[in-house]
Amino acid sequence: MTIAACPGCIAAAPSADAVARSLPESEAALHLALPQIRCAACISGVEGVLARLPSVRAARVNLGAKRVRVVLAPGYDASAALQALNDAGFEAHELDATALRPAGDDEGRRLLARAAVAGFAMMNVMAVSVAVWSGAGDVTRVMFHWVSAAIALPALAFSAVPFFASAAVALRAGRMNMDVPIALAILLAATTSLYETFAATGAHTWFDAALSLTFFLLVGRYLEHRARATARSAAAELTALELPRATRLTEEGRETVDVAALIPEDRIALAAGARAPVDGVAEAAAMVDRSALTGEAAPIAIASGDPVCAGEVILGAPLTLRVTRRAEDSTLRRLAALVDVAETGKHRYSSIADRAARLYAPVVHGLAAVAFGVWWGLTGDLHHAIAVATATLIITCPCALALAIPAVTAAMTGRLFRRGVLLKSPTALERLAEADMVMFDKTGTLTEGVAQLPDLDPAAASVALGLAQASDHPVSRALAAALAAHRPAALSGLHEVPGEGIYGLWNGAPVRLGRGEDGSALYLPDRCIPLPLDERLRTGAVAVVEALQGQGVDVAMVSGDTQSRADALAARLGITQVHAGVRPEDKAALVREMAERGKRVLMVGDGLNDTAALVAAHASLAPATALDAARVASDGVMLGRDLCAVEETLRLARRARSRIRQNLGLAAVYNAVAIPVAVMGFATPLMAAAVMSSSSILVVLNAVRR
Amino acid sequence: MNILIVLIPVSVLLGAAGLAACLWTLRNGQYEDLEGDAARILLECDVLTEAGDTRE
Repeated sequence: MTIAACPGCIAAAPSADAVARSLPESEAALHLALPQIRCAACISGVEGVLARLPSVRAARVNLGAKRVRVVLAPGYDASAALQALNDAGFEAHELDATALRPAGDDEGRRLLARAAVAGFAMMNVMAVSVAVWSGAGDVTRVMFHWVSAAIALPALAFSAVPFFASAAVALRAGRMNMDVPIALAILLAATTSLYETFAATGAHTWFDAALSLTFFLLVGRYLEHRARATARSAAAELTALELPRATRLTEEGRETVDVAALIPEDRIALAAGARAPVDGVAEAAAMVDRSALTGEAAPIAIASGDPVCAGEVILGAPLTLRVTRRAEDSTLRRLAALVDVAETGKHRYSSIADRAARLYAPVVHGLAAVAFGVWWGLTGDLHHAIAVATATLIITCPCALALAIPAVTAAMTGRLFRRGVLLKSPTALERLAEADMVMFDKTGTLTEGVAQLPDLDPAAASVALGLAQASDHPVSRALAAALAAHRPAALSGLHEVPGEGIYGLWNGAPVRLGRGEDGSALYLPDRCIPLPLDERLRTGAVAVVEALQGQGVDVAMVSGDTQSRADALAARLGITQVHAGVRPEDKAALVREMAERGKRVLMVGDGLNDTAALVAAHASLAPATALDAARVASDGVMLGRDLCAVEETLRLARRARSRIRQNLGLAAVYNAVAIPVAVMGFATPLMAAAVMSSSSILVVLNAVRR
Repeated sequence: MNILIVLIPVSVLLGAAGLAACLWTLRNGQYEDLEGDAARILLECDVLTEAGDTRE
């Protein structure tokens, strides 16, 4: 017994489960992303760590969504929980609760409920049908038909609503979609069966066919919806991951606050490459990238006093923003924009499938009409002619074809999400599958920079901190963290030149933090202090290079660093193609040059200086630690620290491509075999429903299988 | 054949009972984390209950 095995359980009268579920969605509840949890041990580990914290009142892990919902005691924030989880070895990121969709999946639940009704009705009607098929006599037979009708009609009226609704929308718009033949077939089967029941001529009824068609199609629809919902929650999570914190400027200095706590008229500091967390007004002229909102990657110049919208990325120089709107007002808009981009974008193959379905619909109805006419004309048997026409309608419905690609894309996007890779672009999978060369940025991607500081005098330290705070480059971040004890010097004219460093004026004299003779250096008016960086390889860097090379994928390293340092690192990793001392614009040029040589480049980078290359590349990935600008530019974001995700992503993308081909083949073979059989009148509506739905389910199962 | 008058309602009622149970699991949120619930069966107990005394 569980209680005997675990004394801890006895104390708690209501199970933790019940408590966590019954807790209201209060403001104290927050969600943390746990990209690396995989198993039962992780669940108990995470919940165990959180349970020991005084600030946590309840926690429940959702393994499928790789998330934990934490209810905090009043007056505490998430920092203790994050710290404890990271200390215990569970990578955790805070998620912006306003950007997450509510956890409940209403549409999926409705589909399941409809499928359940159709399924149970189908079982009952079939049980009754067994008697009819095995030769029940006159009165019994009529009674059984009435029983079937009494079960089937209300069940259909509830379950088949999605098909009727979608068909009605399409017809009203003067279009055809794959629900039109389905709705027509269900309607035909139900009305002719009802007529037979009333007329009591002793002919067969097809309530079972109409119900099983509805049931299996709903199951297929639900599977597809599930896969899509996972992909969509990936998009929402991507938004939620961004910037729950901002740097507020107050009289006393800088403080880090929750973005949700910002109110209009607050002033916040944004480093170069950072994304505006709220709507505001720029206090100086600046360059911004509006691609997250407009989809166009060209930088736009704005003047002092111009509005900046949440989601826009600040380029070049750090900027002070005066807040005009609270985060919840601005975030909603950004989320809507992002989700729209994710949903309206279509897979290239999908659009072909859609076009096929549109061409196909007239053919389906034409075939059914011809079959009906010919059979009626030849045999004069109206009942049989309607049966053939219904079977043809059902069997030729291009559901399998229309499901073939979206099911695979959605399933693979969801699976990648579970491995900690969020794909933003709907065509990314296809492009990733084609990549035959991977180009890694060095600093921040292959390595995690840790600054080894020489002893700096207070003046130098304060200037270094002032410069480092103005940039989001990994080296700057490491420096700023190491110098946190100092006060930043007052600097003016701060601006960042990608690949060069941050420039500024200190007491009227120019200072710079950036690329030096050998690694980074701090340039003061009178001297130059080298800041040697100890570079630690990111987890999985060696393994990913080896695995990629083993698959025949070219691996190259591109870096703005000096040749000797880049060579040394490349030797450790076994990379032979090294491009060192490369400026940002040259990185993009290099990517284009490779493309001209016929290479499909996957660029993996994290910095402001990689942004152009990420855009230019055939496909691109950025680590979650990357700069906002880089994450915006790339097709996907890797949540985990482990670089092996790159190799896994490529492998799954290739698998997705082969599944799509298999599915198209399956659908084609099915149609080639089934259509002649139906038109020639060898299939009853029940057989047609079974065959058609099983082909759809086969296609979906092929997409979701491991 | 009079037995059908009993059997048919019984079969329909059994079906309805199954449907009701299925809809109940749906309402109760039992399909929200299938992967996690599958894994939880391996845990000896919900670890969180150790913190039971810190909660009301």
